[in-house]
Amino acid sequence: MNPRRATATGTAAAAGLIACHSCRLLVRRPGRLNRQTIRCPRCGARMHLRKPNSIARTWALVIAAIIFYVPANMLPVTITTYLGSSQSDTILSGVLYFMRTGSWGIALIIFVASIVVPIAKLIVLSGLLISVQQGWAWRPEDRTRLYRITELVGRWSMLDVFVVAVLVSLVRMGYLTTIEAGAGVVYFAAVVIVTMIAAETFDPRLIWDALEREDESTAC
Amino acid sequence: MMQPLIACHECDLLHRMQPLPANSKARCRRCGALLYVHAPKTVNRTLAFALTGLFLFGIANIYPFLSLESQGAVLETNLITGTIMLSRQSMAGVAILVLLTSMLIPCTLLMALVYVLWPIKRGFRLPFTRHVFRMALNLRPWSMTEIFLLGILVSVVKLSKMATIIPGTALFSFLALVFVLASVSAFLDPRAVWEKIKQ
Repeated sequence: MNPRRATATGTAAAAGLIACHSCRLLVRRPGRLNRQTIRCPRCGARMHLRKPNSIARTWALVIAAIIFYVPANMLPVTITTYLGSSQSDTILSGVLYFMRTGSWGIALIIFVASIVVPIAKLIVLSGLLISVQQGWAWRPEDRTRLYRITELVGRWSMLDVFVVAVLVSLVRMGYLTTIEAGAGVVYFAAVVIVTMIAAETFDPRLIWDALEREDESTAC
Repeated sequence: MMQPLIACHECDLLHRMQPLPANSKARCRRCGALLYVHAPKTVNRTLAFALTGLFLFGIANIYPFLSLESQGAVLETNLITGTIMLSRQSMAGVAILVLLTSMLIPCTLLMALVYVLWPIKRGFRLPFTRHVFRMALNLRPWSMTEIFLLGILVSVVKLSKMATIIPGTALFSFLALVFVLASVSAFLDPRAVWEKIKQ
């Protein structure tokens, strides 16, 4: 299972080729690219040299996620009613509950999935966007790796949404205790979905395009 | 079309494709992204796991999922109950999201793979194969059964103080399904399947 390093021959864009986003087939780029839509001859997906409007779209989604993040943490995600008295729990108070009852492992899992990952993801995506807009040539391998990790772990933030769904279905009305979902879970789910789409919209090749430009300017 | 070349999807560097030994991967030499894999017998293996997964899906939906025993009363829950309860509490959006990511998308993914791989194995063609396979590849990150399973674990720990929770047949079936879906993505070699679709 050793990863094998392949031999390199410059970038596809420099060689006048476009790689299909979907099936990765390489196709020779036609002369006037922006006027017509080209479709991949193998899988039929629309082809672009880079993901279209990647920076603007990713910024829009990141900003939307930051806005949703506030009510996601302020509003309750569960409302537990026991014998007429009710208790509201936010994401953070859920973590504190597990810490108080001694379930440190579970507390850590929820803390990482619901609090660390969404914040880290928004910071990383904003940082990557700024670095691409400024055309930095600083440590592109590490920035690409950071992007790869962000894309991979983002889906695990759905954990809290599933916990609420399972709690609600197990502790139902008609018994002494009931658990209801709070409005916070709607915003939290929105944060997770929007940041997942944001990570998909960002094109990591833009990180490397800045390097190509710098090479050209030093060569001239 | 340049067959022996591949561009890194994360840094756009071109690489000459080389034959790989079985079960190994090629990574980009500049940024380290996964370029391509060589999963032998990908059609047979993926198809076998996809069919197993669909069978497990059936079981997971028919039998009770979890039972909650509290003060002498037993409450049975099915896989779909979470969605029903959320929609009753005017949380339709979240209900649909849970239904999609834990059930509909994984199920669609497996059905799409069977739709694409079965004809390849049998040597006939079905319409829209390209579209169906493209959709299956795009659906992969949205299939979240393993996260749902972790969510069940967390909920059970949370409720263990106030009630007894009895796992049902569907829970074990769902657990097996998580491993089957992981195997499906491990054995699927999209590049090899695209080559076979083109022929």
